[in-house]
Amino acid sequence: MLLRRDRTGAADTESAAPVHNRSIRRRDSLAAYAFLAPWFLGLFCITIGPILASLYFSFTDYSLIGDPQWVGLDNYREMLGDARLHSALKVTFTYVFVSVPLQLAMALALAMVLDRGVRGLPIYRSVYYLPSLLGASVAIAILWRRVFGANGLINQVLAFFGIQGEGWVSHPDYALGTLIVLNVWTFGAPMVIFLAGLRQLPAMYYEAASVDGASPVRRFWTITLPLLTPIIFFNLVLQMINAFQTFTQAFIVSSGSGGPSDSTLFYTLYLYQQGFGSFDMGYASAMAWLLLLIIAGFTAVNFFAAKYWVFYGD
Amino acid sequence: MVTDSRRSTPSTAGDVRTTPRGHLRRALIHAGLIGFGLVMLYPLLWMVSSSFKPTEEIFREPGLIPSTFTPSNYSDGWTALQHPFHHYMINSLIVVAGAVVGNLLACSMAAYAFARLEFRGKKLFFAIMLMTIMLPIHVVIVPQYILFAGLDWINTFYPLIVPKLLATDAFFVFLMVQFIRGLPRDLDEAARIDGCGHARIFLRIILPLSMPALATTAIFTFIWTWNDFFGQLIFLTDPDMYTVPVALRTFVDSTSQTSWGPLFAMSAVALGPIFGFFLAGQRYLVKGIATTGIK
Repeated sequence: MLLRRDRTGAADTESAAPVHNRSIRRRDSLAAYAFLAPWFLGLFCITIGPILASLYFSFTDYSLIGDPQWVGLDNYREMLGDARLHSALKVTFTYVFVSVPLQLAMALALAMVLDRGVRGLPIYRSVYYLPSLLGASVAIAILWRRVFGANGLINQVLAFFGIQGEGWVSHPDYALGTLIVLNVWTFGAPMVIFLAGLRQLPAMYYEAASVDGASPVRRFWTITLPLLTPIIFFNLVLQMINAFQTFTQAFIVSSGSGGPSDSTLFYTLYLYQQGFGSFDMGYASAMAWLLLLIIAGFTAVNFFAAKYWVFYGD
Repeated sequence: MVTDSRRSTPSTAGDVRTTPRGHLRRALIHAGLIGFGLVMLYPLLWMVSSSFKPTEEIFREPGLIPSTFTPSNYSDGWTALQHPFHHYMINSLIVVAGAVVGNLLACSMAAYAFARLEFRGKKLFFAIMLMTIMLPIHVVIVPQYILFAGLDWINTFYPLIVPKLLATDAFFVFLMVQFIRGLPRDLDEAARIDGCGHARIFLRIILPLSMPALATTAIFTFIWTWNDFFGQLIFLTDPDMYTVPVALRTFVDSTSQTSWGPLFAMSAVALGPIFGFFLAGQRYLVKGIATTGIK
């Protein structure tokens, strides 16, 4: 819904102002460029310039000291054989493909419950939303380390039931799981978006369905879900892009190492280690470009696949 | 995204209200929602309560009531690092203030151009602006670092503030474009007929009417910058320049089993301002994400 409006939105201003005078129009353009001057400067110096520069650096060997040495495709070749890079990709993909669907399912479920005219909606909404604001902070990552530690909160509660828990964050099989839980915990932001979406669904379909005697379950599958697909799609793209960039939580939980045994070595964390740990700027730039391609690729796939499952009613 | 609310609640809500079975169901739903909310917030509550517990108790006691109330965690934590904790808070506040001012100025200016003015290449630039919202910082961080190192800006706050003055947080440009498009044009057209220039229209008409969008921008910028770790970790390596997140990171990495009490105390202090803004600005936060869709 939103995404579609963006694409067409830029055009709708043209017809509104009846400005025929050419000199006024020229003054308009000059004013526009003046208003956009900081943005243009930022776009070229802070965004596009660095993107192109990192493409160049990715073909060099550069450690900030001396000049970059051109090495052709060496960095990319090295990436093919880099076992830690492969494990970082695996960790990141697992995290994205497990935590995002869980997070969205949770968000949708809660939004459905809250949308049924529950009294006190603003309070529930705020309580569920709060973790989204805090989730990316260092303090919460510190808390997570303690909650899922060997003698942490979770194990204290399990001990109450007579279960001896693991040191979750320090166990290679479970450490990633604790970070997935952390991401699911921040389902509040997509939930608020779902709530806004549910508000917009036209009542007529529901009236027709209840006249026909459709059960709530059937109404969910045949009306709510199809009408909500644009919002689901929007949340999916957004949360996937966010999840690919996860850094803070993994860094704090593993003290920057990505351990135990690289089980929380997220792609961004490995990039940080290469670029700002060993100052291998060439390799880090090549990694940055791969990340850009991965995210662009997945976003493109999402948009392409959307044709088959996203339903635009109007 | 939000146009108008055509449907207040689904029709089922009506019959749930009246019957006795409906009352029971409603009570169950509330019980479920409250229980779930408690589970969600429990780690936070436990953190705050643990910040008043002696450290040994944090490792034993999942409950919320400290056996001995230990406010000394706060004074111990405050002085545990090289500088007192308010040193890092002041640094964070400088970065945050710069970022808020930068975003308010630069993003609203760019948004005015996109929403109200005609110029060549507008569609293209608008599309580019939307794409930069999706761009991960990690893709540009290496060349940015090289650039800022060349300017001798490492261990200053410039790398964290100057980009905001150049409207690189495109998300807020988008948010304000959406908002300004929704404002009626009558006022600025009347002003133009009276001979007002764009600077005056922007300052006297558009900005005052855009207060809700500016508030949303300010609050989100505050929270995100206060939380931001990646940029601050990379650009600030001198302990004198550490902000709260970077200071907490050195704290946790140097912490043995004995000082979790003070560490929790400082973590609670770090979350305090976010919680305050959350309480004060809820209206804008919920509206902000509902109209634009980013957390």
